[in-house]
Amino acid sequence: MSRKKLSYTIQPSLEKRLNDFFVMIAGLWTFSIEFFKNIFIPPYEIYEIRKHMYELGLKTFPIVSVTGFIIGLVVAMQTQPVLARFGAESNLPGSVGISIVRELGPVITALIFAGRVSSGIGAELGSMRVTEQIDAMEVGAVNPFKFLVVTRIFACTFILPILTVYVIFISLLGAYIAVLLVQNMTFEFYIGSVLKSVEYGDAIPGILKTFVFGFIVGVVGSYKGYTATNGTEGVGKASTTAVVVSSLLILIFDMILVKITLWLWPTF
Amino acid sequence: MLKVENLSKSFNDKVILNNISFQVADGENLVVFGRSGTGKSVLLKCLVRLLEPDSGRIYVQDKDVLSLNIKELNELRKQIGFLFQSAALYDSMTVRHNLEFPLVRNFNFTQKQREEKIISVLEKVSLLDAIDKMPSELSGGMKKRIGLARAIITEPKLMLYDEPTTGLDPITSKEISMLILELQKSLKMTSIIVTHDLLCAKIIADRAIMLNEGKIIFEGSLEKMTLSNNPFLNNFFKHDIINKQEYKNV
Repeated sequence: MSRKKLSYTIQPSLEKRLNDFFVMIAGLWTFSIEFFKNIFIPPYEIYEIRKHMYELGLKTFPIVSVTGFIIGLVVAMQTQPVLARFGAESNLPGSVGISIVRELGPVITALIFAGRVSSGIGAELGSMRVTEQIDAMEVGAVNPFKFLVVTRIFACTFILPILTVYVIFISLLGAYIAVLLVQNMTFEFYIGSVLKSVEYGDAIPGILKTFVFGFIVGVVGSYKGYTATNGTEGVGKASTTAVVVSSLLILIFDMILVKITLWLWPTF
Repeated sequence: MLKVENLSKSFNDKVILNNISFQVADGENLVVFGRSGTGKSVLLKCLVRLLEPDSGRIYVQDKDVLSLNIKELNELRKQIGFLFQSAALYDSMTVRHNLEFPLVRNFNFTQKQREEKIISVLEKVSLLDAIDKMPSELSGGMKKRIGLARAIITEPKLMLYDEPTTGLDPITSKEISMLILELQKSLKMTSIIVTHDLLCAKIIADRAIMLNEGKIIFEGSLEKMTLSNNPFLNNFFKHDIINKQEYKNV
């Protein structure tokens, strides 16, 4: 009985959850508007943006390399028996290449990036908020939003597409290893088959949508950290919810962007 | 230098500051006392608009702080130093970069002038050796000193101290208090110091106010405040004299 009572006292009411949800949506919207307002106002903080791009890229580089390689390998291993069933084994490089370039490369990279970076930004800004570092910046006549938030969102938006291109190549390499296990194929022939099947129309929308995913990761991480309250508990919460919300938004926006792409260019 | 008129601030339905009014003259050191949670830090944050008051007026150097736009407010903030309770040093920057930060952002000093200023303030707080250390490598007292150095590097006209000696041992507390007094004399600053530390107040205060339940219940010299017959003040300043009967009943 006591356990039941306890669960009632700990769980926030549906009304509060809904309220928090709409507050968050409004907050993310306001943050995005503020980003576009601030980005064109000097100082442009080029040094900070470069520093964040370098750090974020470096931080995510090992994990996206490993994941990208394994995803390519596994997708090829899974696709090969299916194609063999239809006698279409020779299409393996092309079909794996299209899957990786159109969808798997961008989305997997974005989800890993969200897990690694969004939580990091949430925790970093959250701890700056609760230890009054953001207040110190503000009282020192520095715009903390521009210095801390705009630079991070910008860096996320532009580093993710670069990482995605890299992950696509690593995944294709992984897929080649899987192909080698069942077929004797030279790397030149494999890449030639992939390039023959993959068109610009497959690659460009896939890469372009990662700008949106990078923006989502930056905005969500920054928003959660910048608005953190309640000391270290708030920092932890900011960090974990940043990952959940940004991953969810990436998948929702992926669905919307795929639909828009197919609507605008039905042949893609 | 500073005038506060009928300042009020509430969080949800809880009234923190209730119609507070006081003034601070040029070069004066005003100490603000009060129990924890009575709104001393809120008062300091309202003065620089880190928090927006619900009502009232704040004048700093005859400027109505609450009616300034963000650009004017930032111009005013350049003349105000703030030492936070936790020192609020930027974790990701070395001591040098912490000190350089306000100079690079708000002033047009050359690299050489910035370096001279950094060395000069670090000498004032006796921590020149820590110039290339990260905040995580510093002790609590060192952090407070560096926080103080960062606050005074722009030579502000008004300094706000939020519990400058909290969490420090008595000897370091005394050293920090002496340092604040020295800096105040040499830089001719006006200061508002929020503290619980009576020794710190004795060293620094020209005048003191006591906050209780959102109101100022006493304003005057520290001596008069400590000798007052007001039961609250009596209890506040003589808390260390414990009646044996009080703890016998616990």
